[in-house]
Amino acid sequence: MTKVTMTVNGKAVSGEVEGRTLLSAFLREGLGMTGTHIGCDTSQCGACVVHVDGKAVKSCTMFALDAAGSSVKTIEGMANADGSLGVIQQAFQDHHGLQCGFCTPGMVMSSAALLAENPKPTEAEVRHYLEGNICRCTGYHNIVKAVLAASGQDVSSVAAE
Amino acid sequence: MPKDYGIGASSKRREDVRFLSGLGNYTDDVVIAGQTYAVFVRSTVAHGRIKSVGTATASAMPGVLAVFTGEDFKDVGGNPAGWLINSRDGTPMREPKRPVLAHGKVRHVGDAYAAVVAETLQQAKDAAQVIADETEIEELPAIVDMAQALADSSNRVHDEIPDNQCFDWGWIEDNRAATEAAFKSAPHVTTLELVNNRLVPNAMEPRASIGEYFPGTGDYKLTTTSQNPHLTRLLIAAFVMGIPENKLTVVAPDVGGGFGSKIYHYGEEALVLAAAKKIKRPVKWVAERSESFLSDAHGRDHVTKIELACDKQGNFLAFRTSTMANVGAYLSNFSTATPTFLHGTLMAGPYKVPHVYVNVKTVFTNTAPVDAYRGAGRPEATYSLERVIDKMCRELNLDPFEVRRKNFLTTDMFPYTTPVGLVYDTGNYQATLDKAMELGDVAGFEKRRVESAKRGKLRGMGLSTWIEACGIAPSNLVGILGSRVGLYDAATVRVNATGNISVMTGAHSHGQGHETVFAQVVAEQLGIPESSIEIVHGDTSKIPFGMGSYGSRSLAVCGTAMTKAVDKIIAKGKKIAAHMLEAAEGDITFADGKFSVAGTDKAKTFGEIAFSAYVPHNYPLETLEPGLEETAFYDPANFTYPAGAYLCEVEVDAETGKVEVCSFTCADDFGNVMNPMIVEGQVHGGVGQGIGQALLENTSYDENGQLLTGSYMDYAMPRADDVPFYTVDASCITPCTHNPLGVKGCGEAGAIGSPPAVVNAVIDALHRGGHTHVTHIDMPVSPSRVWSAMNA
Amino acid sequence: MHNFDFVKPSSIAEAVKALSNEGAQALSGGQTLTPTMKQRLAAPSVLVSLTGIAEMKGVCLGDDGLSIGAATPHAVVAAEAAKHYPALAALAGGIGDPAVRNRGTIGGSLANNDPAACYPAAVLGSGATVVTNKRKIAADDYFQGMFTTALEEGEIITGVTFPVPEKAAYVKFNQPASRFALTGVFVAKFKGGVRVAVTGASNNGVFRWSEGESALSSNFSGAAVAGLKVDAAEMIGDLHGTPEYRAHLVKVLTKRAVDAAR
Repeated sequence: MTKVTMTVNGKAVSGEVEGRTLLSAFLREGLGMTGTHIGCDTSQCGACVVHVDGKAVKSCTMFALDAAGSSVKTIEGMANADGSLGVIQQAFQDHHGLQCGFCTPGMVMSSAALLAENPKPTEAEVRHYLEGNICRCTGYHNIVKAVLAASGQDVSSVAAE
Repeated sequence: MPKDYGIGASSKRREDVRFLSGLGNYTDDVVIAGQTYAVFVRSTVAHGRIKSVGTATASAMPGVLAVFTGEDFKDVGGNPAGWLINSRDGTPMREPKRPVLAHGKVRHVGDAYAAVVAETLQQAKDAAQVIADETEIEELPAIVDMAQALADSSNRVHDEIPDNQCFDWGWIEDNRAATEAAFKSAPHVTTLELVNNRLVPNAMEPRASIGEYFPGTGDYKLTTTSQNPHLTRLLIAAFVMGIPENKLTVVAPDVGGGFGSKIYHYGEEALVLAAAKKIKRPVKWVAERSESFLSDAHGRDHVTKIELACDKQGNFLAFRTSTMANVGAYLSNFSTATPTFLHGTLMAGPYKVPHVYVNVKTVFTNTAPVDAYRGAGRPEATYSLERVIDKMCRELNLDPFEVRRKNFLTTDMFPYTTPVGLVYDTGNYQATLDKAMELGDVAGFEKRRVESAKRGKLRGMGLSTWIEACGIAPSNLVGILGSRVGLYDAATVRVNATGNISVMTGAHSHGQGHETVFAQVVAEQLGIPESSIEIVHGDTSKIPFGMGSYGSRSLAVCGTAMTKAVDKIIAKGKKIAAHMLEAAEGDITFADGKFSVAGTDKAKTFGEIAFSAYVPHNYPLETLEPGLEETAFYDPANFTYPAGAYLCEVEVDAETGKVEVCSFTCADDFGNVMNPMIVEGQVHGGVGQGIGQALLENTSYDENGQLLTGSYMDYAMPRADDVPFYTVDASCITPCTHNPLGVKGCGEAGAIGSPPAVVNAVIDALHRGGHTHVTHIDMPVSPSRVWSAMNA
Repeated sequence: MHNFDFVKPSSIAEAVKALSNEGAQALSGGQTLTPTMKQRLAAPSVLVSLTGIAEMKGVCLGDDGLSIGAATPHAVVAAEAAKHYPALAALAGGIGDPAVRNRGTIGGSLANNDPAACYPAAVLGSGATVVTNKRKIAADDYFQGMFTTALEEGEIITGVTFPVPEKAAYVKFNQPASRFALTGVFVAKFKGGVRVAVTGASNNGVFRWSEGESALSSNFSGAAVAGLKVDAAEMIGDLHGTPEYRAHLVKVLTKRAVDAAR
């Protein structure tokens, strides 16, 4: 076992891990932060997406020790300072961008990374950016709409509302 | 003004806050002190005789607490099929035992034949690997192709079943001769052979189960990813393990999607309970995605020949269907109902057609079990009908819109008894077709086609007018049809002393938003704020009973039970009010959250009544019981029959064969709509899955029974950039006539109606592009398949 | 996954030393190796992360062309190579998905040489040079069939140098599930001729389509390849596409790449 230290959602954390301990496992089992989900074993589904030093990564495909010293942000760190839902989270609720909620943490983290890179994405850019996040419930309609809305764009013309 | 409260409001989902904050409580998130880890050893061959299971080394490995094999469960009961189907000759279906762990033979890749429980997951995995290495299985030829399975009795999935056939079902057998006669004399017959492709449900949360045993009381608890915890409890108790039902609690906490795959009881659930008892510690198992691909119940997998008899003007005279349906290696719980009573009974569609006959042969193969997946049988029926109708229109050069319109049942024909045994209570198929044509701008299609052609793309438009039977199900009817369970539901409404309410429902929400919608309904009924109502689901220790959520039944059946329990609360409240207000019970009225004496200003609020019920200081105890809690069971009088019209436009890249869905328009009649936002979301999701089935998703086994599409590297899940924004409308409403909310159910519609609309659009595009020799392409309509068809 | 010792050296020299351990394996972005280890198809006893080596990161234009450190993630190449070699940047920006691009590296991709990966097409199509801790390897010598390269035991890629062509483009046709290339074609027009590299299509891994190169070298237009026929004999056939389909795509995508080249 090796000691690993990193910053998670602004707080310094440390724990004992094996070489093979994935970042996702460290978050879930080591820190008890179970918002980050595991939906596949081939790095495809994106339910485990977190930010490491500001970049979206699949935490099931990164070893905890490789994140030593990094600053990690997870879904648990996305709320506003007063505890209310952050802009992206709120847009997902407002536009029904989630159903079962399992892919949602990864979806929100990927969406946050997108909006950090590209504050006013087009529909096509949103869809393309989210290609590494699989949702089985929503048909993506309301997810895309929520991300556009979170970017401050008017989504009232989007079909079916 | 749209409502912002109660029935009809697009109330935001209360469950979202926890899901968006990372505070959901899914089974894998549950950590119990002292928990241990189970890993299953799964067959890597499709068919084999187990010579020996190598447990000796593994049992002594570090951290290993217990090892199980099929031998440990050979004397316990099997996991049964929920429906007994008889063959055409009256003989009952062949029903091989489905064991907790494979015993004697392994029958599909992924069939678990041993399990290890260890202190850590890695230790369990290490030991499982050793068991696999030290096990001897004599590989037998795999039975994969259904036609071969039926033809070759020398090779058997189950040794006692000579032709690998579960049953040969005719529906309705008495209609067969008349249907054949109609075909003989028909001016035109269109025939289409098609495959309804096997799908892997792929709920994003993999299955997981935690077993606990409490030696002090002999109680068991199972925390599991289930769409219906009571059914799981019933199956474990009555059939699989013999644990008394009152000693077993089944909890399904937050569940990350189901789509059918989490209806069923699986062997892993029994194993963790047995293991927990043996080692007297909690035992947790969480599937990896690769295990899900191999061991979750798959969906669809029909090979069908459908024939349509009609006159030269396209008036339908008869449909005749012959289907081989794959049930895989074992009978999953609903596997025998899906290709029969959820399929054959829908083969008249929304049409007036005098004669229909359906033959279904179900076949055992060395593949994962196949069972209900979103839509379950009804997508298969709709696909067959809507594809053959489209083919007929092309053969006779008829307009596909007009052909459907003139064959629709008309609004004056309800209630209508179909030739396949259902009674449609209400509907208006013309209205949804008109709405779809308007929203999808059918009139503007040609202009769009020309514009696409300028970019070198072939544009096509496809229609599907679908109907389904849901709100599953009337117990009387399903009992006649072979169901071994009733399909009623139950709810308890508990009014607490402080006036807030707990509603215990037999429905299970795994994405449907029941916590929000059910509260809306109760709020409307009682005239109190939604925020004072809590919906409790997924725990057999809290809820009276329930059959769970599937078959678009939650609101129509479970919701009706809930409203009936609320009716009883109101009735009891009137008694209490009569006492408090010193009036006759018959003079008490209830409206807007107040019990009033008619014609006076004397009234008590709902909260006052609730408080009084629990502080009954001066109750006439002979006639008035304290407390305010009611339970209702509800068994529907009929299925419900949502229907609609779906319109798809595609562009085909003529050089590569790639299909892009440009637009998808849905006009549905779901009866009354409780929460439009959620209803639309359900349709979006179903359409996404339907587009996935039509264009992307393929479950492929090779001739040795190896799953070629066992991960997201090869199984193409729809991604955000594979689909467009959808246009969804549920404004054409004919309320269901036999439940108080007038609701029909919306959960499966999208997945039922959409695949034929997509495929019809592709064929239309190819025809308009001059590829008139292409009459059909099997799903998924992949670029390679389209290109091959164009260049055939 | 079997356990291992995790080491994260900060220099190439340290990495080479760590890799001399019995059972040691290099880990770059881990986007392929980690899933492989989860399946227990790889079980190194020492895993040497290359992501902490500053000298293996970055994009730099020099006299020999555009040099990219082997541990540079795809997202960085997509952003930083854009003004120097837009076709290469666009290719990097189309690998996997954003989260994969933030971790996956060019060195990792080339060392693995997946027959459907994108980078091999750029490297072979550009006639790039693969630089290792020991030597420089020409692209034409580097790729030796699917998952096979000229790398020797303990040898690590430290960078890649791309000659910058006059015009180039990469066109990828996605395998619908993995979104690797069902077929991808990289076309690069240099003063001395045109190179066409194809990934995803062949049983032999990435390859140069020599007939296409000849035709385009004399006439750099989509029409130049219209009359050619690609032999399907060596093409991959699987449930996503027949050999004939892939052979057809080689031609279609070459034409599209020529049209898109800039």
